[in-house]
Amino acid sequence: MGELASGHPNVVAPDGTLAAAAPADTHFLRIEKLVKEFDGLVAVDNVSLDICKGEIFALLGSSGCGKSTLLRMLAGFEMPTSGRIFLDGKDIAALPPYIRPINMMFQSYALFPHLTVWDNVAFGLKRDGLPKDQIAERVEKMLGLVQLKPYAKRKPHQLSGGQQQRVALARSLAKRPQLMLLDEPLGALDKKLRERTQLELVNIIESVGVTCVMVTHDQEEAMTMASRIAIMSEGRILQVGAPHEVYETPSCRFVADFIGNVNLFEGKLTEDASDHVVIETPECTHYVGHGITGTEGMAVSVAIRPEKIRITQQPPSDLARPACNWVKGEVVDLAYLGSYTVYHLKLATGMILKATVASVERLPDWQPTWGDSVFASWDEYAMVVLTQ
Amino acid sequence: MSTGRVNWFGRGWLAAGYVFLYIPIFLLIVLSFNQSRQDVIWTGFTLNWYRELLVDKEIIDGFILSLKIAFLTGLLSVVLGTFAAFTLVKYSRFFGRTAFVGMVNAPLVMPEVIIGLSLLLLMVSLQNTETFSWISRGMFTILIGHALVGMAYATVVVQSRLQEMDRSIEEAAMDLGCRPRQVFFLVTLPNITQALMSAFLLTFTLSLDDVVISQLLSGPGSSTMPIVIFSRARLGLDPRVNAVATLTILVVTIGVIASSIYLARLERRRQKEMSAAFSADAA
Repeated sequence: MGELASGHPNVVAPDGTLAAAAPADTHFLRIEKLVKEFDGLVAVDNVSLDICKGEIFALLGSSGCGKSTLLRMLAGFEMPTSGRIFLDGKDIAALPPYIRPINMMFQSYALFPHLTVWDNVAFGLKRDGLPKDQIAERVEKMLGLVQLKPYAKRKPHQLSGGQQQRVALARSLAKRPQLMLLDEPLGALDKKLRERTQLELVNIIESVGVTCVMVTHDQEEAMTMASRIAIMSEGRILQVGAPHEVYETPSCRFVADFIGNVNLFEGKLTEDASDHVVIETPECTHYVGHGITGTEGMAVSVAIRPEKIRITQQPPSDLARPACNWVKGEVVDLAYLGSYTVYHLKLATGMILKATVASVERLPDWQPTWGDSVFASWDEYAMVVLTQ
Repeated sequence: MSTGRVNWFGRGWLAAGYVFLYIPIFLLIVLSFNQSRQDVIWTGFTLNWYRELLVDKEIIDGFILSLKIAFLTGLLSVVLGTFAAFTLVKYSRFFGRTAFVGMVNAPLVMPEVIIGLSLLLLMVSLQNTETFSWISRGMFTILIGHALVGMAYATVVVQSRLQEMDRSIEEAAMDLGCRPRQVFFLVTLPNITQALMSAFLLTFTLSLDDVVISQLLSGPGSSTMPIVIFSRARLGLDPRVNAVATLTILVVTIGVIASSIYLARLERRRQKEMSAAFSADAA
């Protein structure tokens, strides 16, 4: 899913004119050592981030991890306890929300119920004191962008959830903000509509070229829409990276477990070479085909994604080291999910190993079923060694 | 009634309830057309009392005074009540908040006699000072008394509306460039107009109907309609009072029926539009 989202820099400005594709400005939004405490409780704990111009950046975490507080500090609804926020070189941490060149799309959309769609979109422009004809022109353009021109005279309650979401988008883009904030942009839509809207939303944002910071608890949404993701837990940022980076090379146990499914083996580093390492766990010996920074004897975890595990009837014969990277287990659970099948294997130690087999790989002559004794194996590059 | 049998016990209770509620009013209306001046015995139909009303200066003056006071009370209560409610909802912590909540709610539970009496004492002591000697008991003092009680009711009504309102629209307004004062006038106020209207109607009615506070705070020549009715009723039955009451009932009934029909229509239309809008996502 990650490849659907592209972080292409902007080329078209909101008014449709061609804007020069700016060189990747890595310090467009700079968050420095930001801290927010509520009555002694730390909601955001010393967060530093650099966000590039034109990118869609996602803050991903479960509820209560501080991602919304961080977003509200960017919008100006919360004042940081300490730390600084720079937007295009200017410190904005102390500015009230109505002065910041930042607009937010709210989770509940927060459309003004007493105003029509047209007036909702025009609201921010009127506050800026723009001439009437310019406002009208800009509103028309925005409504065209989100394909809501025929609905201009309707009130919010006369619109469907998807249409309301598009009005909210048009309204927050109308002022041509330097930075747009999205708070769970698709959280209020049902699942089917959400999938359709994700890419639509990315297309509109990229056609306008605005820099975005979005908050979500849905990893699929973050991976589909964002060019980079920051994973947050307990007010801290654990890892920042492109979707494939945080999935393929998680930096710690929490990230590995939070993004997707993972099997974690706990063990000890027994052999440490520059081109390979060996890790001894109660389940099996792991031979990893690359070096890590660690010392012999240290406690580490080995993370393996379920889709990287092969299930065979016979012991595997094509491994780099015949004694490593395979276990024997009994199928205790299986779920056929259409495009793939999930197997739960019970190992001798009692650990449950999750493995997925894509439907194209399912062998016609042999399919493991409940109670079968099978072999699970993986190659020496399938693992990630986690030291924290 | 799935059994098909009529529940006579339940119907009896219902009938008793209706009789209890409406017989007195019905009696009042009937007697306003009665020829007899003194008796509650029907002696014949007449519109005489209504004709006499038109030239009864005391009642007409009382009625006009009552309307004036009620209108001003409504306005004053809604403005003060809105400010109080806004403060209570918006600021969950400030010095003296508990005391403020107590003072705002006190008039709701305090007997009117005590409110009226304490205000009377205050007015009298103020009149004895140099700066406030211009105060004379009359419309002004009654208005103050009514607004004091009305404000408490208005606060409750507006507060509950503000609490159920989605606060994020105020943040959205600020996000789009509104200063705090603009947020209040451009977004908060338009979204609580219905609550402001009900608060106005409620306090208007309370004021129109009040005898106790008005009586204590009124001066010579400032009798509101309830005071006039009250004093006449003490001197014995007066069919003109019945006629005034009947007219009031008529106006109130028409008002209530019209407004509930209007609101029900509005709600039905809204529901229809909403269900129409939501089918758009499915398409």
